[in-house]
Amino acid sequence: MSKLTISVRKFDAVIVGAGGAGLRAAIQLSEAGLKTAVLSKVFPTRSHTVAAQGGVSASLGNSEEDHWHWHMYDTVKGSDWLGDQDAIEYMCRKAPEAVVELEHFGMPFDRTDEGKIYQRPFGGHMSNFGEKPVRRACAAADRTGHAMLHALYQRNVRANTQFFVEWMALDLIRDAEGHVLGIIALEMETGDIVAFHAKATIFATGGAGRIYYSSTNAFINTGDGLGMAARAGIALEDMEFWQFHPTGVAGAGVLITEGVRGEGGILRNSDNERFMERYAPNAKDLASRDVVSRAMVTEINEGRGCGPHKDFVLLDITHLDPATIMKRLPGIREISIQFAGIDPIKAPIPVVPTCHYQMGGVPTNYHGQVVNADGTTVPGFYAAGEVACASVHGANRLGTNSLLDLLVFGKASGDSVVESVKKNAVAHKDLPADFADQTLARLNRLNTQKSGASVNETRLEMQRTMQKHCGVFRFKDMLEEGVRKICEVEKAVRLTEIGDKSNTWNTARVEALELDNLIEVAKSTMVSAEARKESRGAHVRDDAPDTAANPNGRDDEKWLKHSLWHRETNTLSYKPVTLTPLSVESIALKTRAY
Amino acid sequence: MEASEELNRLRWRCTRRAMLEMDLLLGGFLERRFSSLTPEQAQAFVVLADMEDLELWPLITGKRECENAVQAEVVAMLRDVRVK
Repeated sequence: MSKLTISVRKFDAVIVGAGGAGLRAAIQLSEAGLKTAVLSKVFPTRSHTVAAQGGVSASLGNSEEDHWHWHMYDTVKGSDWLGDQDAIEYMCRKAPEAVVELEHFGMPFDRTDEGKIYQRPFGGHMSNFGEKPVRRACAAADRTGHAMLHALYQRNVRANTQFFVEWMALDLIRDAEGHVLGIIALEMETGDIVAFHAKATIFATGGAGRIYYSSTNAFINTGDGLGMAARAGIALEDMEFWQFHPTGVAGAGVLITEGVRGEGGILRNSDNERFMERYAPNAKDLASRDVVSRAMVTEINEGRGCGPHKDFVLLDITHLDPATIMKRLPGIREISIQFAGIDPIKAPIPVVPTCHYQMGGVPTNYHGQVVNADGTTVPGFYAAGEVACASVHGANRLGTNSLLDLLVFGKASGDSVVESVKKNAVAHKDLPADFADQTLARLNRLNTQKSGASVNETRLEMQRTMQKHCGVFRFKDMLEEGVRKICEVEKAVRLTEIGDKSNTWNTARVEALELDNLIEVAKSTMVSAEARKESRGAHVRDDAPDTAANPNGRDDEKWLKHSLWHRETNTLSYKPVTLTPLSVESIALKTRAY
Repeated sequence: MEASEELNRLRWRCTRRAMLEMDLLLGGFLERRFSSLTPEQAQAFVVLADMEDLELWPLITGKRECENAVQAEVVAMLRDVRVK
């Protein structure tokens, strides 16, 4: 990259990310005849949506009576009342239509004997406002996300959507009035920097689970959309809320399903003690995810972790009959051998609570429009899927609502763009003269940096800091120290150095640019978590315990509000939670108990 | 395209996959074993890396048969690489 030049291409709309949300949005645009560019770091069907295996929820009522209002109740309760009830009503009402549409796109859902979409039970899905479990999850075997991506991709091929594969978006283009006018992107094959000048920009870039050392997320989830939005002056919402899974393989992050404990798996500490007996005398190892995760962290923090660094616990199934393991848990044995180097028939599996899903993100309304801190919309800017915070997941996501989120809000953002572009049938707004300055300066800095920091080591330092100071169970002093530490890591990120300066397939450069995005997410998470002095949903603090006055440590009087992190000043502001749905009565505050 | 660029492209396709399991497995293999492969094996690995994760995983776990002997050799090495 000896000389930095930039060419400009014009589209009606540009979509960044080609997972479920991006592909769903693209269908709306292309079928409406908009000239649409979809950029992706990878071929669309290699997006992380593939990893969503559980299903997509919709109150179709195919197996038994169900209602969108019950689904809405479960979602609000799951969110620990931090979800916006207008967006949640919108999503749950639209769910049946979204699933049927997908079926028409060719999605091979599992079926009942009568040929209807088969629905299975799932944690937290209840009928009649929390009364008893209901079958609401629609799936395509254990490859729902994969099948969904293929159906959506094929529909886009039919609609002639133009894909830019193996391109990385670098920055938003925003003018002095705050309008978003497209993006600047890097073509990996050539190293070319190109501006995509558009009347509308949709972010569907997914989550940023790679900020944690132990994460189930694929390497691609580097929060590119969040980094770009933050650099363009968009505040990030509710970034303290991350869903963790109790049992990821230590050091690798690969998920060990709950089914292992269901089959009799036991968690043990360095004393070989079955410690869950102390934390949950009845449910023991089958206690809920958050209880198990907290117990594991407490054991590790109190010095009873295993291994040379005493930083994991053990999941033991050696007492089970090997024939049972081979029959009931063959996939888990395979994963354990491959990723922990351990045959669980002979030895226990090292596990730690592992980051899984990001509830916060770029603030949007239920039309998929990005909103400013003052509640006004950002002209020309939209977001959907894990990158966005509508907010339907609030403080904790209900299982199978992630695929529903990307279908409903992918489509909603697409419809909003179509309406806006068709209504304002005007020319593109001019690009400001200095539109590429910041991006080019960032690239130039990276190309000329001397005596800088290693990208790998700096990323690792960030991940370890997040894991230790802002994990599944949080402590006041650790969070305060974490804020200082993550700001130190940020300084190193600003000074990363790469050895390879070539243009073609320079993966070192791309990884440095990904780290620029990750650090914004990490910092916003740490700062937002340190400030929120209550426990709610996935954000659980040691100093905000369960009391009679504040059940589960939740403090609605002070903290029933969304956090907004502002990058420029590294400060927070807050906005109220929308408790008024669109057509029904508000779901009143209540203690979240299952 | 130069050899180093070709390798970089392969590295991207091995470490930016749909699923973490495959990032770890293919990325680890590329780092530790790829340079010692014969040209035929290297070509077979490129074909494997171009597959989607849910096509590749059954080959690795032995649920699906490999297409040819060279592919089977590389899959056996992949199984053997062990992330830890």
